[in-house]
Amino acid sequence: MDIDEHEHVIEVTDLRRVYGGGFEAVRGISFSVARGEIFALLGTNGAGKTSTVELLEGLAAPAGGRVRVLGHDPYLERAAVRPRTGVMLQEGGFPAELTVAETARMWAGCTSGARPEAEVLARVGLAGKHGVRVKQLSGGERRRLDLALALLGDPEVLFLDEPTTGLDAEGRRDTWALVRELRAAGTTVLLTTHYLEEAEGLANRLAILHEGRIAVSGTPAEVTAGRPSRMSFELPDGYFVGDLPSLPDLGVCGHESDGRFVRLRTTELQRTATAVLNWAERAGVELRGLDVRSASLEEAFLGIAQEQGVAA
Amino acid sequence: MSGVRVDPGDGGRGADAGTGGGGMNGARADSGGRGADAGTGGGGMSGVRVGAGGTGGGALGAFAPSARRLRALARAELALLGRNRGVVFTALFVPLAIPFTMRPALDQMDLAGAGLRIGPVLLTTAIGFSFLFAVYTALVSAYVSRREELVLKRLRTGELSDAEILTGTALPPVLLGLAQALVLCAGCAALLHTGAPKAPYLLLPGLLAGLVVSAALAALTSSFTRTTESAQVTALPLVFLSMAGSGIAAPTEVMPDRLASVCELLPLSPAIRLVRGSWTGQLSAYETLGALATALAWTIVSVFAVRRWFRWEPRR
Repeated sequence: MDIDEHEHVIEVTDLRRVYGGGFEAVRGISFSVARGEIFALLGTNGAGKTSTVELLEGLAAPAGGRVRVLGHDPYLERAAVRPRTGVMLQEGGFPAELTVAETARMWAGCTSGARPEAEVLARVGLAGKHGVRVKQLSGGERRRLDLALALLGDPEVLFLDEPTTGLDAEGRRDTWALVRELRAAGTTVLLTTHYLEEAEGLANRLAILHEGRIAVSGTPAEVTAGRPSRMSFELPDGYFVGDLPSLPDLGVCGHESDGRFVRLRTTELQRTATAVLNWAERAGVELRGLDVRSASLEEAFLGIAQEQGVAA
Repeated sequence: MSGVRVDPGDGGRGADAGTGGGGMNGARADSGGRGADAGTGGGGMSGVRVGAGGTGGGALGAFAPSARRLRALARAELALLGRNRGVVFTALFVPLAIPFTMRPALDQMDLAGAGLRIGPVLLTTAIGFSFLFAVYTALVSAYVSRREELVLKRLRTGELSDAEILTGTALPPVLLGLAQALVLCAGCAALLHTGAPKAPYLLLPGLLAGLVVSAALAALTSSFTRTTESAQVTALPLVFLSMAGSGIAAPTEVMPDRLASVCELLPLSPAIRLVRGSWTGQLSAYETLGALATALAWTIVSVFAVRRWFRWEPRR
């Protein structure tokens, strides 16, 4: 129980997971999460996000490597870890015939230091649903019930596997607000998502998984750094890409065009945009559908998927 | 630690990988041991422990929170049991009604020649049906549907140990079976003039043997059952075997000796023998010990098999 272990609430070293059929879902990943941090695992379906989180939750033993949560092995030292963690699985796991209140009461009875059920249900916006059977809840309400139960024991570490999948825009914003509140209160959160804006908006640090490996990790800024920005527009009739100022001189590192619609990728967005807009001004043409955006996680994400896809 | 291990199942069976491999850590061995007395430990009302169970040393310190968790889970399971009309009907109606439809057949057997009277025979038949339908089949379907709804997986993310999850789920059917057996004892005493048992000290061990073995075998059966629909099929072998061979449909006393001695080894035979013996008073000390040992052996085998094969997640 030295302080060092508490610095990194989650420590993952060379983690591997192999399923019965021989499929290697997690192929040697390492990362650590500091206390109070929100760490996001991103990736396409099948990238290994859930397989990884289940190892952190202690639901299965790794095929190789090491996991430590709060200084303990979450699989072998279940009793030491579970009272301090909260888990929201990717998919429900509540008896359909119980009511919301009965489900919460059951979980409270199984959780040490549980908060009052009504308080936690109110916190996720289910205050009016106590008597409703789980099977009658909408998909989004079920996700929020799941979140409520994960929060019941005031966990130090929270695992959220796709917490907002199936939620409408408002529900998603509410969940994000809640996660930020938890971070402010010092809770460490590990979440998986395939919503890039979710990771960008919430996570202190993130890792993008691809085919069981970490393709890139760091803060959202670090991950997007070095990724090209994007500018796209429609050329008016009679104009072609060749009519634009010399693209390589503007920092453009690539472009796609079907003759009419042009998409530029650039490392110097301001210079590219200024030059193109000045050109349009001089030529007296209107660029329809003009869209200028700086490098985003989406760029990074798509770039990685493409690069790795080519490499494989 | 550094060795490479492989999840044996299609993702679901991580837990078993370690347990099958050998009881290297105390926590695991302990939880398995408590699984043995499924149904008897958690209630706290009977205060009776099956010798087989062996509550490991570490379990005592953790008893209060463990009892609280078991109570919470059992309470939810009781509500679920009450809301499943099919299970409630089978669990209540079959044990109470079917034995009496079998009376004409029993009347034609030479019960007196075997030293039996119709009252105790009907009573043990009814109690046997209670083991099979209130406990065994009800619990197979509970385990399977909890697994398919991912409830078991979700519970394993919390503080409950594996043994607590299995035991808490088992408590309502087991207590229902126990209550039913006691009602049947009282009812038969009043209506069939079975009178008081001649060896009453055999009754409780007999009931416990039946309840524990039924619950343990339900967990094992559910390991090999994919859906609640298929549970109606996978539960049949034990139901038929027990009805025919364990003295439920017809007393083993009227069988040929050699066949009877083989049938005494079936999972529910010891329970039925002990319960019937408590009324007839004809069970020798040797036979009593034999029946207890058989029940114990089945419990231990089931617990090991459950630890090896129980599936916590659906196959995908």
